[in-house]
Amino acid sequence: MASVVIVDNGGSNINSVCFALARLGVNARLSCDPDAVAAAGRVILPGVGAAGAGMSRIQQYELADCLRQLHQPVLGICLGMQLLFTHSAEGDTPCLDLLPGTIERLPETSAARVPHMGWNQIRIQQPDPLLEGLDQGWFYFVHSYALTADKHPHALALTTHGQPFVAVVRRKNFYGAQFHPEKSAAAGRKLLKNFMEL
Amino acid sequence: MLARRIIPCLDVAAGQVVKGVRFRHHEVVGDIVELARRYADEGADELVFYDITASPQKRSVDIRWVERVAETIDIPFCVAGGIRDVASARRVLHAGADKISINSPALQRPALINELADAFGSQCVVVGVDSIWQVSGYRVKQLTGDIRTQTDAGRETVSWVEEAQQRGAGEIVLNCMDADGVRSGYHLSHLRQVRAICQVPLIASGGAGNMAHFVDVFRHVDVDGALAASVFHRGEIGIPALKNHLQQAGITVRPSPTNGE
Repeated sequence: MASVVIVDNGGSNINSVCFALARLGVNARLSCDPDAVAAAGRVILPGVGAAGAGMSRIQQYELADCLRQLHQPVLGICLGMQLLFTHSAEGDTPCLDLLPGTIERLPETSAARVPHMGWNQIRIQQPDPLLEGLDQGWFYFVHSYALTADKHPHALALTTHGQPFVAVVRRKNFYGAQFHPEKSAAAGRKLLKNFMEL
Repeated sequence: MLARRIIPCLDVAAGQVVKGVRFRHHEVVGDIVELARRYADEGADELVFYDITASPQKRSVDIRWVERVAETIDIPFCVAGGIRDVASARRVLHAGADKISINSPALQRPALINELADAFGSQCVVVGVDSIWQVSGYRVKQLTGDIRTQTDAGRETVSWVEEAQQRGAGEIVLNCMDADGVRSGYHLSHLRQVRAICQVPLIASGGAGNMAHFVDVFRHVDVDGALAASVFHRGEIGIPALKNHLQQAGITVRPSPTNGE
């Protein structure tokens, strides 16, 4: 199986991502070295925390250009997905600009508390091998920011919390999931397995 | 639509899951990792592990079992008990826990909530509140893991929940001690009173005795999740059956996995 590098961006969920891959029999390496990232068969960009801190960490290790030039399958998880877009309103942060769009704070209502925390369902907009067998699947979300839209040219799936937002995205080899597949039981295992088989 | 969460709570003492009325006798139920795996497989949405002896004994959580749980299960879990500073919280989160829950240490030093929210984000910081009716209203108890140590925390429940949110709590678990262990239902009126001032997710705890109690708390209080221990540990309520029951009652839940998944 192709080698997997998890970009070590300092988030506390990195171990959880490693454990989830290990349960699939995948031995992933943690690294923030651009050469190791570029040489990987697959790259996972995790992330918990704020967009500004996430981008400065990427810049600190001179990973921005490396990430932009990757041609192997890349999966951004949660904040890692948000960093693939052009810009985040969280701390007014310029991001990697691999996908068009601005990440905004989820609007808070009495029916939709923020952070959006818990299990929610995805609706597939565009079939893709990553989401094979996962329409209407339940995934675990923890976030306050998202790409709120009822359509987006690169959206593979949407979820609704008060209003619709992009749950899964793809442009070329760059994939992103707003939820945490590593914490999403059978549906998450299936998504990670699909990613390994791309 | 966001699902209502079903959260089994596992009380941990000396590295094993124990049961009983939480505030008194403890009897060993089983191995932490085995029970965690069973609940995750049955469709629990999240697990809470309370190290019930850490706070009264003034020691930190043993992170070895936290790591074993994280290696084994793929649903979120929260660790409570014995977290009293950023360093001990970091060890638990890095071991693979998704959230940490603080109770007595936050009452003793409320700035701990701010420090944890600043270090890890509010979404990781749960504040557990043990609330009991006293002559004039609901008040907070501390050090409730051991009947010999528990005392009044000198605070009213509603004002403590307000303060905890202002300081950065991302979720509140309200344990109604009058209902706990009695199994006659969640304490709906008290939960409603706290729901009215609680903008972050609110989890009901204490009193679940049958499936109708879960329907009641979701239908009448708008809590985000319901936590229970003994009804799950004794096998009186199975999680798949509970999820079916809730779904039939029109409550949004994540269905339990069907056989073979």
